[in-house]
Amino acid sequence: MTKIDARNIDFYYGNFHALKNISLSVPANEVVAFIGPSGCGKSTFLRLFNRMNDLIPDTRMTGTIMIDGQDIYDRAVDTDTLRRNVGMVFQRPNPFPKSIFDNVAYGLKVNGVKDKSFIAERVEHALKSAALWEEVKNKLKESAYSLSGGQQQRLCIARAMAVRPSVLLMDEPASALDPIATAKIEELICELTKETTIVIVTHSMQQAARVSHKTAFFYMGEMVEFGDTKKIFTNPEKEATQNYITGRFG
Amino acid sequence: MEEYISPSYGKRKKLMQAAAFICFRIFSYTIALTLFFILGFIIVKGIGVINWDFLTKMPENGMTEGGIMPAIIGTLYLMAGSAVFSFPIGVISGIYMSEYAPNGRIVKFIRTMTNNLAGIPSIVFGLFGMAFFVNRLGFGDSILAGSLTLGLLALPVVIRTTEEAFRDIPKSFREGSLALGATKFQTVMKVLLPIAMPRVMTGLILSLGRVSGETAPILFTCAAYFLPKLPSGIFDQCMALPYHLYVVATSGTDIEAQMPIAYGTAFVLIMIVLIMNIAANTIRKHYEKKTSLK
Repeated sequence: MTKIDARNIDFYYGNFHALKNISLSVPANEVVAFIGPSGCGKSTFLRLFNRMNDLIPDTRMTGTIMIDGQDIYDRAVDTDTLRRNVGMVFQRPNPFPKSIFDNVAYGLKVNGVKDKSFIAERVEHALKSAALWEEVKNKLKESAYSLSGGQQQRLCIARAMAVRPSVLLMDEPASALDPIATAKIEELICELTKETTIVIVTHSMQQAARVSHKTAFFYMGEMVEFGDTKKIFTNPEKEATQNYITGRFG
Repeated sequence: MEEYISPSYGKRKKLMQAAAFICFRIFSYTIALTLFFILGFIIVKGIGVINWDFLTKMPENGMTEGGIMPAIIGTLYLMAGSAVFSFPIGVISGIYMSEYAPNGRIVKFIRTMTNNLAGIPSIVFGLFGMAFFVNRLGFGDSILAGSLTLGLLALPVVIRTTEEAFRDIPKSFREGSLALGATKFQTVMKVLLPIAMPRVMTGLILSLGRVSGETAPILFTCAAYFLPKLPSGIFDQCMALPYHLYVVATSGTDIEAQMPIAYGTAFVLIMIVLIMNIAANTIRKHYEKKTSLK
C-alpha cells in the first residue's frame, strides 16, 4: 500500500532550483532511505513531507504530495494536524530543557490531551518503543540533558512516537552519534516499522543498506535512481549511482 | 631552525605579548578600582548616618534631621509602577519582534526606532511625560505620570533584551516543537519562554535598577521637594531618592547639616541598585540550572 506519493516536485529557494521534477512513492510500513552528496536536495525533499520548509521564507514548491490519499499542500490541510501525523527526528538531538517525562509528553499536551494516566501510559510505551525505557524508568523527572547524546536522540524518537505518527521522517538521525549509539538507532528503525512508515536521510551508505527497503539516490537536485535497496547497492542502473556507492565521488 | 627566521624574533614576540597583557591588565584593574573607589567613598561617607530611624522616619527640621523614609517608599512605588507598565509591553513586543514580525523592513524600522528611543536623553523623556501624561492626559504631577514616564525609559532595554534572548535560541528547538504539531504560540509559551526566561528576567531587573536612579524623568512629572505625608494613591505626588539627593545636596536651609543626609541617601540608592543586580544574577543562575542548554 502506498503511504506517501510525491508527483512532479519542483522546489525553489528564491531563484535556486533545489529539486527538479521528482516523483516517488513510499510504501506503508517500510523504510525508504535518501542518499546523495551534501547539498543534493535530499533533506529539502524530506522536509516537504511535514511542510517544515514552510518555515523558510522565500521558498516555493510545485507538484503534489499525497499522504494516505490526501494532498498535504491543500488549503484545507492544517499544518499542526499534519505534523502530528508526520513526525520528525532531526540531525542533532534536540530535547527540550525539560524532564525526560515532559519531553515525551510534550506532543500529547500540545495536542490537548489532559488525561494524566493516558499520558503516562503513552510515555511509557513510546520510551519502550525507542528502547530507552529500561535506562530511564527510574529517573523520568530528571532533566533530558542528563542523558548521553545517543540516549537523547532515542528520547527524541520517543517524543516523536508518543503522538503515534503514521510517518516518521529522520534527517540524518545518527550523524552526531558514536558507532554504538548508531547501531542502537538502526536496530530501532527496523522495530519501528511495525508502528509507522519511515523515510530516512543518511550520509552513510552502509546505514542505508542496513536499514532500508528502498533507496533513492539524489544528485544536484535530481533523483537519479529509486528502487529496492538491494538492487541499488548491487546492480544500479545508472552510472552516477554506481560511482557514488563505490565512493568515486560525493 | 631554518635560517630565514631571525633568532631574536622569537624572543621579541614573547616580549610583545607580555607587554600587551600588562596593558590589558592595567586597564581592566583601573576600571574595577574606579568602581571600588566610588562605592567606597559613598559607603564611608554615608554609612555613619544609616540607622533604623534614618530608614523609617520622615525628614525633620527642614530636612536637616530625621529620615528619608518617604523617598525610599516613593522610589519603590515608582519602580513598581514603571515595571507594571514596561514589563508586559516590553516582553510582548520583544517576543513579537523575534518570533512573529515578518523579517525585513518593518522589524528593522521598529528596531531602529527602539534603539533611538534608548538614546534619547532622560530629560527629554521628562519633558514628554510632562506634556503628555501630566497635562494632555490630565494625570497631574503624580506617581502614575512618573511611573509611565520611567516605564517609557525602561521599555527599549526590556524590548531589546527580550528580543535578543529569543533570537539566540537555536532554531532546532522551534523545529522540534513545531514538528510535534505544536502551534507557534505553544512553542513560544512552552519551549522558548522558559529558555529565554533567565535573560529576560535579568534585563527586567537591570532596567528597574536604572529606573530607580533616574532623576530627570520624574522632575516634571512626579517628584516632590518635600511632602509631610506619604502618598495615598497613584494620583498623588511622591518623594524619590535621586531627587531627594539632589534637593538636600543643593538647596535647603542648612547645606552643611544636610550633607550627611545626602550621603546617606546616596548610600541607600546604591544599595537598592546593588540588591537589584545581585537579585538579577541569582534569578538568572536559578533559572539557568533548570533550563541549562548543555
